[in-house]
Amino acid sequence: MSLARPILLLFALIAGVLAGPAVAQSDPDTLRPLINELADGKYDQTQKQIEALAATGDPAVAPALEALGEGDLYVRKSDGLVFITKKDGKGYKLTDPLTLETAGEAGRREVSKIKVNNKLRRVIRSALGSLTLRAPDPEVRRQAAEAIFKAQDPDGIEALDAALAAETDVGVRKVMEEARAAAVLNSGMDEAQKLDAVQTLSDMGNRDALSLLLATQASTEGAVRDAAGRAIVKIEKSIAAWDAAQNIWYGLSLGSVLLLAAIGLAITFGVMGVINMAHGEMVMIGAYTTFVVQELIRTSAPGLFDYSLFIALPLAFLVSGAVGVAIERGVIRWLYGRPLETLLATWGISLVLQQAVRSLFGPTNREVGNPDWMSGAFEIGQMTITYNRMWIIVFAMLVFTGLMLVLKKTPFGLYTRAVTQNRRMAASMGIRTPWVDALTFGLGSGIAGIAGVALSQIDNVSPNLGQGYIIDSFMVVVFGGVGNLWGTLVGAMTLGVVNKFLEPYAGAVLGKIFVLVFIILFIQKRPRGLFALKGRAVEA
Amino acid sequence: MKKTLTSFALAGLMASTMIGGASAQEDTIKVGILHSLSGTMAISETTLKDAMLMLIDEQNKKGGLLGKKLEAVVVDPASDWPLFAEKARELIEVNGVDAVFGCWTSVSRKSVLPVFEELNSLLFYPVQYEGEESQRNVFYTGAAPNQQAIPAVDYLMNEEGVERWVLAGTDYVYPRTTNKILEAYLKAKGVAEEDIMINYTPFGHSDWQTIVSDIKAFGSAGKKTAVVSTINGDANVPFYKELGNAGIKAEDIPVVAFSVGEEELAGLDTGPLVGHLAAWNYFQSADTEINAEFIDAWHAFIGDEERVTNDPMEAHFIGFNMWVEAVEKAGTTDPDAVIDAIVGVSVPNLTGGMSAMMPNHHITKPVLIGEIQDDGQFETVWETSGLVVGDAWSDYLEGSKDLISDWRAPLSCGNFNTATGKCGGSGS
Repeated sequence: MSLARPILLLFALIAGVLAGPAVAQSDPDTLRPLINELADGKYDQTQKQIEALAATGDPAVAPALEALGEGDLYVRKSDGLVFITKKDGKGYKLTDPLTLETAGEAGRREVSKIKVNNKLRRVIRSALGSLTLRAPDPEVRRQAAEAIFKAQDPDGIEALDAALAAETDVGVRKVMEEARAAAVLNSGMDEAQKLDAVQTLSDMGNRDALSLLLATQASTEGAVRDAAGRAIVKIEKSIAAWDAAQNIWYGLSLGSVLLLAAIGLAITFGVMGVINMAHGEMVMIGAYTTFVVQELIRTSAPGLFDYSLFIALPLAFLVSGAVGVAIERGVIRWLYGRPLETLLATWGISLVLQQAVRSLFGPTNREVGNPDWMSGAFEIGQMTITYNRMWIIVFAMLVFTGLMLVLKKTPFGLYTRAVTQNRRMAASMGIRTPWVDALTFGLGSGIAGIAGVALSQIDNVSPNLGQGYIIDSFMVVVFGGVGNLWGTLVGAMTLGVVNKFLEPYAGAVLGKIFVLVFIILFIQKRPRGLFALKGRAVEA
Repeated sequence: MKKTLTSFALAGLMASTMIGGASAQEDTIKVGILHSLSGTMAISETTLKDAMLMLIDEQNKKGGLLGKKLEAVVVDPASDWPLFAEKARELIEVNGVDAVFGCWTSVSRKSVLPVFEELNSLLFYPVQYEGEESQRNVFYTGAAPNQQAIPAVDYLMNEEGVERWVLAGTDYVYPRTTNKILEAYLKAKGVAEEDIMINYTPFGHSDWQTIVSDIKAFGSAGKKTAVVSTINGDANVPFYKELGNAGIKAEDIPVVAFSVGEEELAGLDTGPLVGHLAAWNYFQSADTEINAEFIDAWHAFIGDEERVTNDPMEAHFIGFNMWVEAVEKAGTTDPDAVIDAIVGVSVPNLTGGMSAMMPNHHITKPVLIGEIQDDGQFETVWETSGLVVGDAWSDYLEGSKDLISDWRAPLSCGNFNTATGKCGGSGS
């Protein structure tokens, strides 16, 4: 996002220089008054000015329009000149909107912003689209064509035809043809042209095309209307098929969030049998650790921001783990075998931790940024997949595998399993059971901490963060089978997918209730969950 | 058991205030602050507590009220609705406060109503709410639906040309009533049933994937679509994050929110959200002298330049000043005298106008529509030409359109039915 703009500006500039003699003339003296007039009047006036600028067809005005859309175009109060500005401390750095040369600085009170609203942003988008159709960079040309597609501006057809004739990039060509089809449907062209356009959109086959076709169907008659109707049926069918895939993906995504939240609990509750109501607060502490790490990076090493999550992961594990060990040593070890007291004590601890964080960081949400690789989305077919959800699924699987390896392949895992299966025997064999208890509890809490790092990317970082997950976590662990990590995995994924398939039909509120009822019934039938532990551990 | 404990505590408190307060009683006027400082609502309400402390502090610097100093009594109802009623009773009966400023959620307000009625005290309620209520002891300084929701919908309809509507809200009384009013309003404006989608989610909902994709699908029907969001508090951050990541741009499907202010945006990177809207009666960006002073005073009081101001803070600012003026006018803090004196009192608001207390205990306010900017502030893109009078009973709902409220004598009624000519018509 931050990169695209300077590049666009640069290319627009080059385009302006290159295309100068060919298209219109880049004469700053004739353009400047037009640009300065942007500062006059209300939104309606500004809109007329934008259209007038676009009508010059001169790519040299693109940077100014781009800046206007971004809210970076300011007018200097003293002489009414318009500049592209960049924030610099308390004031602004000024850039000439046509020559793009630096033009000094201005204080906060010396310049005023040229206001834009959504309507103007749409006008700017479509104006920029027709201005940058011939830019040298294919990506800029693609964006230009997409802008015209959204604007469905019949005036763009001519420019598109010219651009299409010169276009060599197959991908960009396709987008341009689609944009042309959209514009044609919105114009007064003849039926044959419109039928071609319907065909193009029908091949495009996504929601944007569907939207246009529906509008066409509503506004035209005869053959075009029939063709649009057929195309709509076809697109709707393919979208319905993709919807199922999309729901499964959403389910897996929700499941992986549940898994992350629950997997630490699967150890403390599942393996050790401690009902830890403060589990959610371990997640919260992990999220706050991420916040602190990002704050430090912002102030001292902004370049590292994209790696902030990797730095936060081990720290969150250590911080939450340490708090976990402290809780185990300080409170829980006195309460083994007394589940009711443990429950009350840990619930109290959770309240204390929440209020402590509230006093320390304040009650309001804290901003944890998404690094660039966690932002945005891409499309597979008709499915939109957001990067943050995808990485969280991957991350949940890594955490699960890692935990499995620790428990199955390391001596510490062996001790843990020995202690949980038969404490006295393990003690007789020389294992320091209190030490193992503390570390296992620390491990569960630490895992909750790194779950907090992941959840900080999709949820609020506030003192209440943990509360939202504690019930879901217990649900997953009990449903999957206490004491079995595979059960937690299958349980989380099942609940995620079931929830997401119910949601479109029953709504989010009822869906949640159905899931709860389902679990209650399930537990009646199978009190030990999906994957019940067999053997002596059960009797212990 | 619990009861005995509470009464012990009450007795203890009473004893201590009697002993400690006996001498102080004479020279201070006590003001109760009833905002959650812990639990889920602490996120929003703590700020209001601080704002109130600041206002009281400033009033004392100006010499207090009626020659006495003001004294703030802060209690923590902990986001627990029944506890609100208990704490309100404690404030009035035990601490002897003369007015209470507090509550955020509608359910907490409903919970304290009987207490204020029974003990005849005053409550100033600073948050935008669903209307359909007017109570003698309560002053509603936040927006009624006609001061927020209806103008916002008008704006989208007229300026953006929206024809298809998603009404998304958290599942509780404020969104449900507001959406009911909006649905009736939209239908009255000729919007078809199939062009309205209503969706509710639980408190703290964090997985918005399905709903955001539903909105996307609903928006691809060839008509301009907008989302009217009454999503509350905590659920907003994940909602906006999902919107931003799913690439729903304000130019294509704008979202107008009624519960998202500067404070809520503080936890978000607003870069991808530029252009989404909010409707309020105040924005921190309001360019007036009095607002600049207020912001400076707030920063100085809280000791943090980064802290933002928001609409409910302005509502407390207005409400507190109205109370002060009414007390001075009446010459006493006696609730009955203040209730009579406060109607018609008008004080400056922070957007450059004067807000007046109306006979229905709602106030006049300007309505502002703002677009989110990348610095987490709003930029006003539209505002009503004058002030809008808060309407307690919506004109668009059956059973409430005939009701009016006027607490002046001789009517003195919160729900007078103009059709039957009787006080206590239908409605809640």
